Amino acid sequence: MLQGISNEAFVLGCSAIGAGIALIAGLGPGIGQGYAAGKGTEAVGRQPEAKGDIMQTMLLGQAVAETTGIYSLVIAIILLFVRPLLAGL
Amino acid sequence: MGIRFLMNGKEIYIHDTVVNSWIIVLLLTIFAIVVNRKLKNASIDEKPTGILHVAEIIVEVLEGLVKSVMGPTRMSFTPYMGTIAIYLICANLFGLLGFTPPTSDYNVTLALAIMTFVMMHFNGIKSNGIMGYLKGFFEPMPFLFPINILGEIATPISLSFRLFGNILSGTIIMALIYSGLNSVSMFITPFAAPVFHAYFDLFSGLIQTLIFVMLTMLNVANKMGDEPSEVIK
Repeated sequence: MLQGISNEAFVLGCSAIGAGIALIAGLGPGIGQGYAAGKGTEAVGRQPEAKGDIMQTMLLGQAVAETTGIYSLVIAIILLFVRPLLAGL
Repeated sequence: MGIRFLMNGKEIYIHDTVVNSWIIVLLLTIFAIVVNRKLKNASIDEKPTGILHVAEIIVEVLEGLVKSVMGPTRMSFTPYMGTIAIYLICANLFGLLGFTPPTSDYNVTLALAIMTFVMMHFNGIKSNGIMGYLKGFFEPMPFLFPINILGEIATPISLSFRLFGNILSGTIIMALIYSGLNSVSMFITPFAAPVFHAYFDLFSGLIQTLIFVMLTMLNVANKMGDEPSEVIK
């Protein structure tokens, strides 16, 4: 069916598509971090004297929310640069 | 730049992140020795000057952080947290000097996360006793035991991947930006690149250091349980 495409090229192309699809997971952390930042802004507006504590808590929560995005990033990097699927040929 | 050498007829390659890690450890050791020399000659009544002042600021910031997160009775963790914080700051900012940051190697971050993991469980057993430690796995309900075990395994994995992913993505994005800018014009690169360095190396590196140290402290303090209440007041 696929005339003129070698196995390596096919696997590499599919790996690139997979890396692109994996990065769709960046949507979730983006929404979550934006929500946390909005709530943090609200809290600073209500209580400006607690700015340091609010910033610290907000950054910590955002970093934890980022975890799923980082997982997808690691998977994309592995697909692009380590190319584990080529070993199966 | 990695090091290649022959030993017993076999070629051994030492990866550049390991070499950079040694450089950082060497620099920090020299800093510590110099500060120690000056500290012995300094008198306690005078204001600290020069490098002593810097060392004092570092110690004060770290003590304040540990005190506010773990509580005043657990100040004995300050040296360990301080070591990790100073090493991570230097390692993350090493990319600014043109070296590969050691934390962009998964081995380094995994080693740091395993250290945190061992520390969590060792201190959990030490402060709650072995029975109290095992009881923690069956809370809040006994049938949640497998989920608790999975959560314990996930902690070091997420801790190490977070640091690794952030620093490695910064390195990759900086390489992409450099090649992109160079293909436009060699002359705009020195003016446009610092903006991206400020975010991907400086901001991201410092924030990830803070987060790693903070999560280590929170996890250890969580495992150790509540502070003894009579000491607090």
